[in-house]
Amino acid sequence: MKPAVAMLLLAGLALAACQREERDTRPQSALGSGEQPTPVTALEPGGQRPSPTDNKAASFEANAFHLSEGKRLFGWFNCSGCHANGGGGMGPALMDEKWIYGSSMESIHATIRDGRPNGMPSFRDKIPDDQIWELAAFVRSLSGNAPSSAAPSRNDDMMAHPSENRMPDAATLGKSP
Amino acid sequence: MKRLASIAFATAIALSLQGCSGWQSALDPKGPAASELAWLIWFFTGLCAVVWVLVMVALAMPLMMRSRQRAEPLVLDAGADNRKLRVVMTAVGLTAVILVGLTLVSFFANRTLAAIGSDVALTIRVTGHQWWWEVRYEDATPSRILTTANEIHIPAGEPVRLLLTSTDVIHSFWVPSLSGKLDLIPGHMNVLDIKADKPGVYRGQCAEFCGAQHANMGTFVIAEPRAKFDAWWNDQLQPAAAPMSDEAKAGENLFLKRPCVMCHKIGGTPAGGTVAPDLTHVASRQTLAAGTLTMSRGNLAAWIADPQGVKPGSHMPVVDLSGDELNAIVAYLEGLK
Ligand code: HEC
Ligand code: HEC
Ligand SMILES: [Cu+2]
Repeated sequence: MKPAVAMLLLAGLALAACQREERDTRPQSALGSGEQPTPVTALEPGGQRPSPTDNKAASFEANAFHLSEGKRLFGWFNCSGCHANGGGGMGPALMDEKWIYGSSMESIHATIRDGRPNGMPSFRDKIPDDQIWELAAFVRSLSGNAPSSAAPSRNDDMMAHPSENRMPDAATLGKSP
Repeated sequence: MKRLASIAFATAIALSLQGCSGWQSALDPKGPAASELAWLIWFFTGLCAVVWVLVMVALAMPLMMRSRQRAEPLVLDAGADNRKLRVVMTAVGLTAVILVGLTLVSFFANRTLAAIGSDVALTIRVTGHQWWWEVRYEDATPSRILTTANEIHIPAGEPVRLLLTSTDVIHSFWVPSLSGKLDLIPGHMNVLDIKADKPGVYRGQCAEFCGAQHANMGTFVIAEPRAKFDAWWNDQLQPAAAPMSDEAKAGENLFLKRPCVMCHKIGGTPAGGTVAPDLTHVASRQTLAAGTLTMSRGNLAAWIADPQGVKPGSHMPVVDLSGDELNAIVAYLEGLK
């Protein structure tokens, strides 16, 4: 009898593993893009922009779905063209801990939406607001700010060597037998 | 009562056989590859059924027959033993012959499949995306290269080569009425030769689970007579139709000012996104979003207003549009024949 009860309890506990993260495919916050405070000045050297924290900042940051969507959009909208894969190119590196315009989700969101004077274009109207938040969450995850359970993994093409299934066969050195 | 049940059962089976014909069925072949495969499966099924029946009869016979009592059970009967041995050896021999035979039959069927593409005149690159198909017609003249989505037009009666690959995860291209399935693998190119015997529309379906909207990743192969196919290709090469009404004109402007332009391309306009279906001639297609909706003004509006309601998880985000803006964009896209 006892072992059966214990087994049942264990099985019940295992059910917890079935809990999956919700994929909220249309979050539509109370704070839409139009209701965000418009910047008074385009110049904001250094410091963080004081802006109300959006509920999305918190909910997107630790969410694997939104982070991976952000990662996909980072490639789709060619952020990589100027920032490489976060390492920096014509635009600054995004994976280090130096932030010209602040490291908070709200600051990064504002950077993408409104642009920055030294060459960062504005994506207002060109990217829906939810997707800007996803991009901001992904940009922050680049410097290791996201929980590892949620952070997207590195691309195959950025690995030091090809993934195992694409490696030449060690025995034949890549030549077919 | 029992009789009624068995009649109902037989009717149900007969009805379900209906599902074996139509525009998406391996048992209703419309091209040489599919015919070869259908013949192969019927041959295997038939032969295996005969063998199965014979084995069952052989098993049942000793159970049904009353065994003769031997007078002296302990005395060896060499004649009877030899007979049994001969029966068993014959059965083993037949099994070997049948297995080798089936292997040969499937080998020759494979050769027929491989021969379909011996003189292809047309090469089409099919790229799988979550959850739609990018279709690119290759041509030696760069200005004749054509990119479209979800619908594959081919000339009927001519072999066509499909180059299959993917940008994200593994998908699988399967148009059962025309051929077997073949995977689209990221970083790798697979080659599938297809041929439709007669003009017609054949439905295909992604056949490798690829994420949330795998079920809504359909495609259509539209086989047309050569002349009609050539005319279609020439039409598709034209830039997008200029908007005719003021509303459509406003729609074009909105399309170019809003996020749509980041993902979609409309030939002849500055919209040059390459990560989503080409919309240059979107209204000439029969369906929207890889077979999810039929093409109509209402469905276009439903899709643009809420793609995440129609196809949850798809990679087109909800774009905030007012009612008037939505109508204008739909009026514009509806004219892109
Ligand atoms: C045309 C090139 C270009 C593109 C495209 C571009 N950026 Fe930038 N980005 C820049 C430059 C240049 C800066 C530095 C601006 C400054 O110093 O004023 C910058 C700054 C930033 C910053 C602020 C970094 C900091 O240290 O505060 C973030 C975040 C950022 N970009 C994210 C993005 C994202 C996300 C995208 C894609 C949607 C993108 N960028 C696309 C050029 C670009
Ligand atoms: C982030 C990229 C993105 C943006 C922005 C975007 N789309 Fe899409 N769109 C897609 C993708 C991806 C698909 C394919 C969806 C599928 O079938 O799963 C698609 C499909 C479509 C289709 C159906 C095409 C077909 O042949 O089936 C239409 C029409 C369309 N989008 C119109 C629009 C309009 C209008 C806008 C602007 C309001 C827009 N899209 C904004 C990515 C985008
Ligand atoms: Cu699939």
